[in-house]
Amino acid sequence: MGQKETDGTITVGITQHAQELLGDMVFVENPAVGRQLKAKEECAVVESVKAAADIYAPVTGVVVGVNSELSDAPEKINADPYSAWMFKIKPDNAADVDTLMDATAYQTLVDSEAH
Amino acid sequence: MTLEQTPLNAAHRAMGAKMVDFGGWDMPLHYGSQLDEHHQVRRDAGMFDVSHMRVVDMKGEGVRDFLRYLLANNVDKLQSSGKALYSCLLRPDGGVIDDLIVYFMNEMWFRIVVNAGTADKDIAWMIEQATIRAPQLQITSRNDLAMIAVQGPNAAAKLWQALPEAQKLAEGLKPFNAVECNSMFIARTGYTGEDGFEIMLPAKAAPSFWQTLNDAGVKPIGLGARDTLRLEAGMNLYGHDMDETINPLEAGLAWTVDLVSERDFIGKAALVTKPKTRKLVGLVLQDRGVLRDHQVVHSDHGDGEITSGSFSPTLNQSIALARIPSTVQIGDTVQVAIRDKMLAAKVVKYPFVRNGKGLI
Repeated sequence: MGQKETDGTITVGITQHAQELLGDMVFVENPAVGRQLKAKEECAVVESVKAAADIYAPVTGVVVGVNSELSDAPEKINADPYSAWMFKIKPDNAADVDTLMDATAYQTLVDSEAH
Repeated sequence: MTLEQTPLNAAHRAMGAKMVDFGGWDMPLHYGSQLDEHHQVRRDAGMFDVSHMRVVDMKGEGVRDFLRYLLANNVDKLQSSGKALYSCLLRPDGGVIDDLIVYFMNEMWFRIVVNAGTADKDIAWMIEQATIRAPQLQITSRNDLAMIAVQGPNAAAKLWQALPEAQKLAEGLKPFNAVECNSMFIARTGYTGEDGFEIMLPAKAAPSFWQTLNDAGVKPIGLGARDTLRLEAGMNLYGHDMDETINPLEAGLAWTVDLVSERDFIGKAALVTKPKTRKLVGLVLQDRGVLRDHQVVHSDHGDGEITSGSFSPTLNQSIALARIPSTVQIGDTVQVAIRDKMLAAKVVKYPFVRNGKGLI
C-alpha cells in the first residue's frame, strides 16, 4: 500500500486486508535509506508466524525514510497497519503517483476477489 | 473439491475461526491470534480439535504378535492396560509410512492413532500385512470418534471442572497412559510439550463437550499454534521431518526404534545395513529473520535442509529442525540461505521448550 504525502513522498505499508491474511507479524526488513528503487522491485520483507511476504516498490524513486520501530515491534502492523508505516519513497517522476490505486479502488478489488 | 469436516466445524465458525484447507480438511488456523493462542497453551490451557486424526482399533487373538512385527518400536514395552507407545510404521526399505501412538488395552485389543493425511494408506498397509500374517484380526477405522486435545499447565484442573466424573479415573494417569471413562477414552498424551490429555469420544458428543471445556476456561487453539508448539517441543511432523523416503534414524527417531532385541520387524534389515549419513538437529537463528521449511543449510561438512522452521513465540526467535550431515556437531555454527542472504544459525539439541520453559 502506498499513501501520497503533501511533500510529494509516498509512505509504504501493509493494508488491513494483507495483515489479516498474514496474521501475527514477527519480522520486518526495510530497504536502506538512500537506496534507489525501481517500480515493482522487491525491496522489503514482512514475515508473520505463518509466512513471508515480499513488498514491492510502488514507483521508481529513492528511499527517504524507514520506520525503524518495526524491527523491534513488528506486531504494530497487526495492531494498526495504517499508522505502522514501513518506509517512505520519493518518486523520480511525481506523476507516477497517479498510477497507484486509491483506498476505494483497492477495497473494491479486495471485495471482488472475496467472491 | 469438497473439504472434509469434523463434528466441530460449526463450533469453530461460531468462535470466529479463520478456516483453511488442511490436507483436504476444513480446519481452524486460528481464532484471532496464533501468538496469543500459543502463549495460552504455554501459560494456562487450550483445546485443539484433532478429530481429523484417525483412531484404528485392532482386535483379536495374536494382536500383540502382529504389532511386534508391524511396528518399529516394541509393543512388548506395553504391559499394563492403557499404556501407550510412540512408534513409526515402516516400509521394508526403512522409509516412514507414518508415525503413530499405539495403546495396549488387553491381549485382544490395541488402539492406534494415526495422522489424518496418511490414515487411508496406513489402514490399507495394515490390512495387507494382516492378510498375510494375522487374517483373524479385525482392523476397524473409528470414523465415528472425534478427538479433542486439552493442553497446558492448567489442563488437568480445567478438565476436572468440565468433566468431574473423570477426575477419579484420570487424575492419577502418568504420561503416555490412557483410561476409559464411560464413552470417552482419556489419554495423557499431547503434541505441545505441556501436560495435558487427548480425549476420544463419540462424534455426536463432541460439540457439547467442546462447549463445556470452553465454559471451564479452556480456550480454542488453531492448527497454527499447534505447529509452533510442537516445533518448540521438538516433536516431528509427518510429511515435513520424515516421510517414505526418510528412515527414522535420519529423523531423530532412533529412540523409537528397537534394534536391540531379537524381534524382527518390517524395515529392520534395511535400518541395520544402511549407512547413517544424516541426522536431525535443532537450529536457532542468530540473526534476525525466520527459518522456513526447505531452506538450504550450509556447513563445513556439506549441505542440509530445514525440515520444519518457524518463529518460536516462547523464545522470541526463530528455530528449526534440520537434516544435516552426521558429522556436524552440536554447538557448531551453520549458514542458512534466506532469500539473497546467508544467516548464521547455531546447531542445538532439541526440544527447545518443555513445560513452559525455554531450554536453549
